[in-house]
Amino acid sequence: MANPPTPAVLRLERICKSYNLGTAVEVEVLHEIDLTLERGEFVALIGPSGSGKSTLLNIIGLLDRPTKGRLFVEGHETSTLDDAALTRLRGHAIGFVFQYHYLISAFTALENVMMPILADRGFPDAAMRQRAHALLDQVGLSRWENNLATNMSGGQQQRVAIARALAMNPALILADEPTGNLDTKSADTVFEMMRQVNRTNGTSFLLVTHSPELAKRCDRIVEVVDGRLTG
Amino acid sequence: MNPLLPFEWITAWRFMREGKMQTIFIITAVSIGVAVIVFMSAMLSSLQANFLKRVLTSTSHIQIIRPDQIARPLRLEPGALEAATVQTPSQRVLSIDQWPAIIAQLRQTPGITHVAPAVQGSALVIRGDASRSVSVTAVDAATYFQIVALPDYIVLGQPRLGADDIIIGIELAKDLGATVGDKLTLRSNTAAGRTVTVTGIFDLGNRGANKNNVFLALRSGQALLNLVGGATSIEVTLTDIYAAEDVAQDIHTWSGLQAISWITSNAQFFTAVNAQQTSNTLIRAFVGLSVAFGIASVLVVSVIQRSKDIGILRAMGTSRGKVLRVFLIQGGLLGMAGSVVGAAAGAGALIFWHAYLREPDGSELFPLVLEPSLFLNTLLLAALTGVAAAAVPALQAARLDPVVAIRG
Repeated sequence: MANPPTPAVLRLERICKSYNLGTAVEVEVLHEIDLTLERGEFVALIGPSGSGKSTLLNIIGLLDRPTKGRLFVEGHETSTLDDAALTRLRGHAIGFVFQYHYLISAFTALENVMMPILADRGFPDAAMRQRAHALLDQVGLSRWENNLATNMSGGQQQRVAIARALAMNPALILADEPTGNLDTKSADTVFEMMRQVNRTNGTSFLLVTHSPELAKRCDRIVEVVDGRLTG
Repeated sequence: MNPLLPFEWITAWRFMREGKMQTIFIITAVSIGVAVIVFMSAMLSSLQANFLKRVLTSTSHIQIIRPDQIARPLRLEPGALEAATVQTPSQRVLSIDQWPAIIAQLRQTPGITHVAPAVQGSALVIRGDASRSVSVTAVDAATYFQIVALPDYIVLGQPRLGADDIIIGIELAKDLGATVGDKLTLRSNTAAGRTVTVTGIFDLGNRGANKNNVFLALRSGQALLNLVGGATSIEVTLTDIYAAEDVAQDIHTWSGLQAISWITSNAQFFTAVNAQQTSNTLIRAFVGLSVAFGIASVLVVSVIQRSKDIGILRAMGTSRGKVLRVFLIQGGLLGMAGSVVGAAAGAGALIFWHAYLREPDGSELFPLVLEPSLFLNTLLLAALTGVAAAAVPALQAARLDPVVAIRG
C-alpha cells in the first residue's frame, strides 16, 4: 500500500487581509493570495515596499490572522485554532529570522538557541544544550557559544538567529530580509548558511528580500505587487 | 541555566540581572519601605510588651472589691418618697463579706492561677518631723508576691513582710530621708499608730507609685485600718490575660462583688494602643502602596524596553501565560529581595536604637522584641505586593501583539 502523500509545508487559499474592517476607511492589502510551499523548497518573496510582503509573512507566520481565506501549515487548517493552539503550532512548525537578528541580549548565543526548546519544554536539560551546541556548530559559531549577543558582530548574530530558528526543527523558516542589514560578505555567508541548512535538513525557506541577486539564487521567486501574487 | 529552574524563572532572573541599575534602585526603594514597616512594627510591639509587662507585674489581672454602698430612699407608700433628694453616701473602708469562702471558690475556678487577699486604705507615715499620706496595701507576702512581682522591683533591702515590717517606694524614702532598717510611724484615722521598720525599698518605674504606696503584712494592715480579720480586696491572676474581662464578669455574676479587670483599669492604655495601631496600619498601607507603585512603574518601563524580546519570545512559541508569569515573578522577586534587605536594615536600626537610646540610669528604654513571625509576614506580604504590583505590566506584556512588538 502506498504511503499517503505528505502535505505541503504551507498552503494559502484565497487569503485576503483588510484593515479597518467595516469602517469607511476599510482597506484591503492582500487580495485572494494562493500559494503553496513544498517540503524542502527555498522560495524568494519579493516586491516593492508597501506591497504587502510583511503582512503576508505575518499571516504565514501565524502572528496575524487573514480576513478571508484558508491557511494550512503542515496540513493543519489554522482558521479554527485559538490563540494558544496557534502559538503552539508556530513554536513547533515555524522558525523566524528577522532583519535585525533580535537575539535576546540577556542570554548567551547558546542560551538564545536553547530558548525555543526551553519555552516549549519548561526546564533546561543536557539534551537541549547539546542540540543548541550542534546547531551553533552547524552555523560555524560553536567557539562563540558563551558570548552574549551584544558581544557579537551583525553577521554572527544573524547566524545565531538561524541556529535558533532551527532549534525546534521546524518545517518552515520565514526569513524577513535576513541579510538586509549586513555587508556584502556577511550577507553572502548568511545566505549560503541558509541554503546549506535547506539542503542538509530539508527545511523549507520563505525568504523576503529586496535583492534581485539573492532572489535569483533561490529555487523559485514569488512577487507581491499591490497585494496580489504575480510569479 | 539552572536545571531546577523553569523557563519563566530563568527569563525573569536574567531580565532583572541585565537591568542591573533599575533592579538595584527598586530593591533599595522597597528595602527602605520595608525597613520603616519592620522598625515601626517591632518598636510598637516592644513598647506594648514593655508596658504590658510593667502593668501585669505591678498589679493583679482582676481586683475584686465590695460593691459601692448606696443609699436606699425611704418610701412612705408606693410612689411616695420620704425626701426629694437622696444624698450619695460616703464609701467607708469595709471588709468583703465571707472573703475566705470567696477565695476558696476562686481557687477552684479554671483559668485562675493565683488568688490573694489584701487590705487597702490610707494612712499617714511619719519620720521625725517629716510626714506623708500614703496608700497602704497589706498583704500576705507568700501569695501576693506571686501576683505582683514586688521582689523584682526591690532596689534596696529585702522583700520581707513580718509583723512590724514595711516596704516603701524609693521616692517616699527620699522624702522621709529613710533607708532600710529605719523606723517609721504609721497612723490611720481609725486606730492607734504603729511603729514599723523599713525592710525594703522598691522602684516600680512610676514616680507616683514610688511616692504614695507602702506595703505591710496582712495582719498589721488589718490592725492599722481597724479591719481585724477582714480583706478589702481580693487580687487574682489568670492564665489568659486577655480573658480578664469575661472572667471578671463571671465573678461579678456569682459573687455580686465588683470585679475590675486590668483591661478596664487601663482603658486609656488600650485607647492609646488602638490609636498607635491605627496610625501604624495607615503608615504601613501607604508605604506598601508606594512600594507597589515603585515596582509597577519599573516593570512598566521594563515591558516597554523589552517589547522586542517579548515579541521574539511570542514568535518562537512562548504562550501569553508564560510571558505573564515572567513579569509576575520579577515583581515577586523584587518584593522579596527588597523585604529581605529591608527587614535586615529595620532590625539593624532597632538593635542600634536599643543599644544607644537608654534611660538616664543606663537601663533599656524598651525591651528588644524581634519576632520571627514579623519577618516572615513582611517577606510574604512584600512578595505578594510585588506580584500584585506586577499584574498590570505583566498583563501589558502578555497582551503585546508580537507583530507590533517586533516592528517596534
